[in-house]
Amino acid sequence: MTHAIAETILSAHLRLRAISTHAFALLLAALLLLSVSTPTHADALDEAFVKLYADNFQQTEQAVAGIAASGAPHAAETLDALRDGRLFANADAKRILYKTTAGDAFDAMTGGKVDNLDGFKKVRINNGVRRALDAAMGALGVGAADPQRRIHAAHELFNNPNPTTLPIIDAQLAKEANADAKSALEEARAAIVAATPGAGNADALRAIEALAARGDKAAQNHIATLAAKRDDPAIRTAADAAIARIDRSLFLWGLAQNGWYGLSTASVLLLAAIGLAITFGVMGVINMAHGEMVMLGAYSTYAMQMLLPASMTNWSVPLALPLAFVVSAIAGVVIERFVVRYLYTRPLDTLLATWGVSLILQQAVRTLFGASNRQVYSPPFLSGAYHWGGLEITNNRLWIILLSGAVFAALLFVLHATSFGLQMRAVTQNRRMASAMGISTARVDMMAFALGSGVAGIAGVALSQIDNVSPNLGQGYIVDSFMVVVFGGVGNLWGAALGAVTLGLANKILEPLIGAVQGQIALLVFIILFIQKRPRGLFAQKGRAVES
Amino acid sequence: MSEENARLTSSLLYLDDVQVTFDGYRALRGLSLVLAPGEMRAIIGPNGAGKTTMMDVITGKTRPDVGEVYFEGRHDLTQLDEAEIATLGVGRKFQKPTVFENHTVHDNILLAAKAPRSVRATLRARPTPESGRAIERILERIRLTNVRDWRAGALSHGQKQWLEIGMLLAQDPKLLLVDEPVAGMTDSETAETAAMLKEIAREHSVVVVEHDMAFVRELDVKVTVLHEGAVLAEGSLDQVSADERVVEVYLGR
Amino acid sequence: MNNALDRAGWIFVAIMALAAVLVPVAALGTPEGALVHMPSYLVQLLGKYLCYAILAIALDLVWGYCGILSLGHGAFFALGGYAMGMYLMRQIGARGVYANPLLPDFMVFLNWKALPIAWWGFNSFAYAMLMVVLVPGLLALGFGWFAFRSRVTGVYLSIITQAMTFALFKEFFRNDFGFGGNNGLTDFKDILGFPLQSDAVKAGLFCVTALFVNLSYLVSRAIVRSKYGKALIATRDAESRMRFLGYRVENIKLFAFVVSAVMAGVGGALYVPQVGIINPSEFAPGNSIEAAIWVAVGGRGTLVGAAIGAIAVNFGKTYFTGALPEYWLFALGALFVGVTLFFPAGLMGALSWRWKQRAPKETGT
Repeated sequence: MTHAIAETILSAHLRLRAISTHAFALLLAALLLLSVSTPTHADALDEAFVKLYADNFQQTEQAVAGIAASGAPHAAETLDALRDGRLFANADAKRILYKTTAGDAFDAMTGGKVDNLDGFKKVRINNGVRRALDAAMGALGVGAADPQRRIHAAHELFNNPNPTTLPIIDAQLAKEANADAKSALEEARAAIVAATPGAGNADALRAIEALAARGDKAAQNHIATLAAKRDDPAIRTAADAAIARIDRSLFLWGLAQNGWYGLSTASVLLLAAIGLAITFGVMGVINMAHGEMVMLGAYSTYAMQMLLPASMTNWSVPLALPLAFVVSAIAGVVIERFVVRYLYTRPLDTLLATWGVSLILQQAVRTLFGASNRQVYSPPFLSGAYHWGGLEITNNRLWIILLSGAVFAALLFVLHATSFGLQMRAVTQNRRMASAMGISTARVDMMAFALGSGVAGIAGVALSQIDNVSPNLGQGYIVDSFMVVVFGGVGNLWGAALGAVTLGLANKILEPLIGAVQGQIALLVFIILFIQKRPRGLFAQKGRAVES
Repeated sequence: MSEENARLTSSLLYLDDVQVTFDGYRALRGLSLVLAPGEMRAIIGPNGAGKTTMMDVITGKTRPDVGEVYFEGRHDLTQLDEAEIATLGVGRKFQKPTVFENHTVHDNILLAAKAPRSVRATLRARPTPESGRAIERILERIRLTNVRDWRAGALSHGQKQWLEIGMLLAQDPKLLLVDEPVAGMTDSETAETAAMLKEIAREHSVVVVEHDMAFVRELDVKVTVLHEGAVLAEGSLDQVSADERVVEVYLGR
Repeated sequence: MNNALDRAGWIFVAIMALAAVLVPVAALGTPEGALVHMPSYLVQLLGKYLCYAILAIALDLVWGYCGILSLGHGAFFALGGYAMGMYLMRQIGARGVYANPLLPDFMVFLNWKALPIAWWGFNSFAYAMLMVVLVPGLLALGFGWFAFRSRVTGVYLSIITQAMTFALFKEFFRNDFGFGGNNGLTDFKDILGFPLQSDAVKAGLFCVTALFVNLSYLVSRAIVRSKYGKALIATRDAESRMRFLGYRVENIKLFAFVVSAVMAGVGGALYVPQVGIINPSEFAPGNSIEAAIWVAVGGRGTLVGAAIGAIAVNFGKTYFTGALPEYWLFALGALFVGVTLFFPAGLMGALSWRWKQRAPKETGT
């Protein structure tokens, strides 16, 4: 899907490059000359503006180059306005004005405010003009004072290399002090050299080096373009080596990206499963309503968002964490006290009874909030993405991984550094013995249910950021969570973590190979076969007490 | 070596250097034991000596990490599962009486009685006069004739123990493993159980694990003392009671 | 199986046999509007309940008598249904929308050129019926062999069976899998040459279904009353004891599981011509769990109770979803909780409890 989109964009760029190269080579050369030695801005600008009055696309295209070349103080605003359809011409008064996005009008020549808009007509543009604008603004940006704009312009030129801008880039490179801008310019230069069959061998080698350092698919395409038009063996060798190097690094980045997706899936699985691992470990019963505890957590996030004043919207997700924990924990305690407690010796009945509870909870939420999906707001720090080399790291996934790590650490602490944790582990290992030693197993059961359900609630907050918040949210997670617990072994947090990571990674490795559904089925089959070998999971407790 | 071979081939049960480890805990540490056909043996030892684990190894419930376990000198028990070992003729009575609580006393014996165990055979099985008489004889021997149609779950603790012994009789194994048969029994029940076991021992080889010294004395057979997963001493009860080490770890002060 | 229960069983068999005769008579032999006339939608609805009753008896055989709470029996039911659906699909022939004599409509729509191998032979009724039995049976055999051999029991087994139906659920949704994808199989025209829309065929299907309910009950009854049945119950109550007695517990379970799966498949095969459609939602995990509550309501380990439970709960479902649709899930959820907490023996259990009250006189306690 993304691949297809990328291809479309790429081919659009190629076409665009072909057209613009011919049409604007001369004009941009003129632009360069003019920008280096402009006698007066006004003369050049006048000449360009004349072409706008005609409202003829071809003339407008030429005007664009002229405006860019004039180096006039308002050139950038003018071109911007033209692109957005905010540029107006009055052929009779021989005046051009641009409107700001706010709607105020200014004279394009003088920059003075204009109030009387009579006789002004919008300057129309087509795709040809748009391409001219891109090229012109790119060239305009290379020399901008703001390094960010220079980098942006360089990126534009990299994607849309225009041989005529080479001298501008060279001029800027000679005096460029900003390291990021310098490397961006160098890449843009390399792309332009690649697209210029006549460029010298030294330039070509320098370009290959710069492109290889960039190391992405686009750079690889530029190298291929470059090599295709040259016979020199040294360049061929260098190009082949660079392409191979990029292939290797792309493969590794691809692997890392899949690893990241796998880790992200694993963190969600872990959050959903770890509560189940606790309750199943302590009591040996499956809470089929565990998925609904997750669902309640997600709806708590929605409720928090509704309750908070608009000014605090950004806090809704962090504040939902404790709320979700408490809501789900209370629900868990209610289930434990009123249902599960009476069925401890009948685990299969517990399964059915908690399934009944899950139906009731789903219908209750449906009645309360409606059957359709609820929109949960994502605060800014949870949206957007980082790019690191060839890796795309979305912020919400990153935070979910951090959250599940934190929850895991907190649970480790609770289990291994508190007396409640010690009691819980004792009950997990040998309920009768623990009871004989004076541990109130009923209290431990209740607390364990509260803890496991609360953690599921936290999972719900995380899921509200990446999944649809609907009454059915939890249903999809109970089987997956149980697989994690089965794989990792009961009553062991590390087992659950390892189970989640293994299944998460395996899922994402299988997905591109055999498809998402087939991958899941393959994993189910794998787990059925796995429990042949290790019926009690990876981290099984051994010994006689476990058997009976 | 050849002497060892002879010991193996003439034995009913042969254990050599059996080791079992649970999560780093060494339950059996080189246990060796030889039982002759027709022999009755009492196994004693403190808690954790490995008595039950030894039973688990013999009946196929637990696989040893190291060591040899042979039945009748030729069946390698470490390669077989519980059902196969039981079919070879090894019966087991658990410490806690386990009978089929939802079946009648009669049906418990019926299920245990020596007969083909396959699904096909059990689907086709019809009661015959002989099999009915055999079951009645066993009920008589375990003194449960008058409750033959009770649900086994309704029996008293002692009656359940006897029912289990009756099931073993019906199974007619070559070797009988009996785990603490008199735990929780009254004195008169204990005496009756001892009599039953001695009667069984006339036709079967029996290994009895027991804590109750009076009961072991009553059985009057060769005794093996286990300690920390290995054999500490072997001989008559008087001999082992005289052994310094046995006194120290078990009979103790 | 005690006397009262057995008596209830015979009464049930008699009612079913009577229904097999009287319902067709009431549907066909009486004038419309007469007090005893049965409209064809009602015949169809009752037929559907009876198919569920077969599924419930099948589930009770493994759950009630062997302690295997299969949460995947809906999958066997659906597989039997698909096998029947494939036969009915092939019977449409050139009468489909695209009028392709060989390919069902959805294949023409997907632009397939040839009939997939899995569909071969389904133009023959005998072959299709063989598949109704074989497909669920073989799946149960393979699945059970793996599961029982590795001694997966209790909740583990339940969840694994649920995972099985979940996997099939997803697989059958895929168009590429070749069984109609999301839409499933529908628009059936006739069965063995008789039009499915006619009242006579509907009544006939009901009659056949009622007879199959009795057959399922009697086969299951024979199984649980044999020595094998005693071994089955013994395995449920003390599995390891059975092993030490020399029984191959995995084979005992496997036999019951396979018989039960085949029975469920037959139920599904009877279901499809009566409701006129089979689609992947029949594999939904919730369906299989719902079947468990029918058995629990009627009384597990009673066979006849399972059948009565299936009919009773589904009658309730029809009523609720018509009268108070938003409360149906509340009612069903409460049923799950209530029955397991307060009424674990179910309707028939109450009957046999009365028997136990009288028992002391007979047994002497």
